[in-house]
Amino acid sequence: MKANVTMTVRKADQNSSVIDIHGEINAFAENALMDAYTQASSAGARNIILNFNGLEYMNSSGIGLLVTLLIRARRQNQRLLAFGLSDHYRQIFDLTRLNEAIGIYATEVAALGAVN
Amino acid sequence: MSTPVQDDANQKRSETAWAPPTTRMKVGEMSAAVRNINVDGRQPLSPLQGFGQMWQKTFQLRLTGVDKTPAEIMQIWKENFPNFQPPDNRFYPTMAGIKPGEVLLIAAKVPPFPGLPSILPVDTGVMVLYADDTTFTVMTPEGHPEAGWNTFSVYEEDDSLVAQCQSLCRPNDPLYDFFNRFLGASGQQDQIWIHVLESLGDHLGVRGQATTTKVLVDPKVQWSQAKNIWHNAGIRTIFYLLGTPLRWLRRKGSAESKA
Repeated sequence: MKANVTMTVRKADQNSSVIDIHGEINAFAENALMDAYTQASSAGARNIILNFNGLEYMNSSGIGLLVTLLIRARRQNQRLLAFGLSDHYRQIFDLTRLNEAIGIYATEVAALGAVN
Repeated sequence: MSTPVQDDANQKRSETAWAPPTTRMKVGEMSAAVRNINVDGRQPLSPLQGFGQMWQKTFQLRLTGVDKTPAEIMQIWKENFPNFQPPDNRFYPTMAGIKPGEVLLIAAKVPPFPGLPSILPVDTGVMVLYADDTTFTVMTPEGHPEAGWNTFSVYEEDDSLVAQCQSLCRPNDPLYDFFNRFLGASGQQDQIWIHVLESLGDHLGVRGQATTTKVLVDPKVQWSQAKNIWHNAGIRTIFYLLGTPLRWLRRKGSAESKA
């Protein structure tokens, strides 16, 4: 199986980088997600913001990847935020209690507003 | 980019695979042979709510020569999941089986010290968080020895099939953490998943040894979660069993007063 996801990293402001996710997040997305995180961090971002507007599907292995990403970010004293989740995936974040650790916002502007 | 039709299909696929929203576990219709304690009404946990270090452990068995699809093997795995467990770790699915949102009760026995027989009972359970054709994930409740998820999957790699158990968990409270670090409970847990994989292999006619990979995801202990010990399923199971004579006397008295 190959990863069916692309991730692009862009700087939103001096302290924040956005990772735009397009496709599926599952076990095969690990390299893409961690590479994107490394790229975002190397730009000096203190806030890593995940853009889920292009998310097509996420399974339980994908949620596990987000946990490991969250721990990596915490160890670097970075904040992890998310926006663009559908109602369904917001419920999944509630169910898996990731919402207690990842700041979830409706839009990029709202996410950036929360960290600035 | 996906089309609107694909978006709808993905949405439907996801909604049927994930457990419905809930904040408390609810045990469905269950065999009377199993004690339903320590699970009903408990909150499901992610690896973030546990106490000890977070580990990702991956156990894999290559199913060389098996002429089935990953979905066919997963169906066999789901149907035989309780049978593939070691004798000290009994799983009781609900009548609905392994479906998203369903709870499986567990009656386990653990040794008090390494090398001794498994005599300490732990009644607990897990909720099916996610299930599709080739994967399912269970989520632990408050009081379970581990806080987190176990994912079981079958996939193709290098023209061969691989069956995998992957756990992303922390010991749930300081007592479990002590047992893991000093009394071999972590190794015993590892043996359960190796046994499950090798039982699946035996069922499919594959002789092979499961491999283990461990990654320390978070070395930090979360002292803020030390309070989790209040729900410790091992302690509560022992107190429940110690109270059995009292409950029997109370029921007997109640029946006699009605008569």
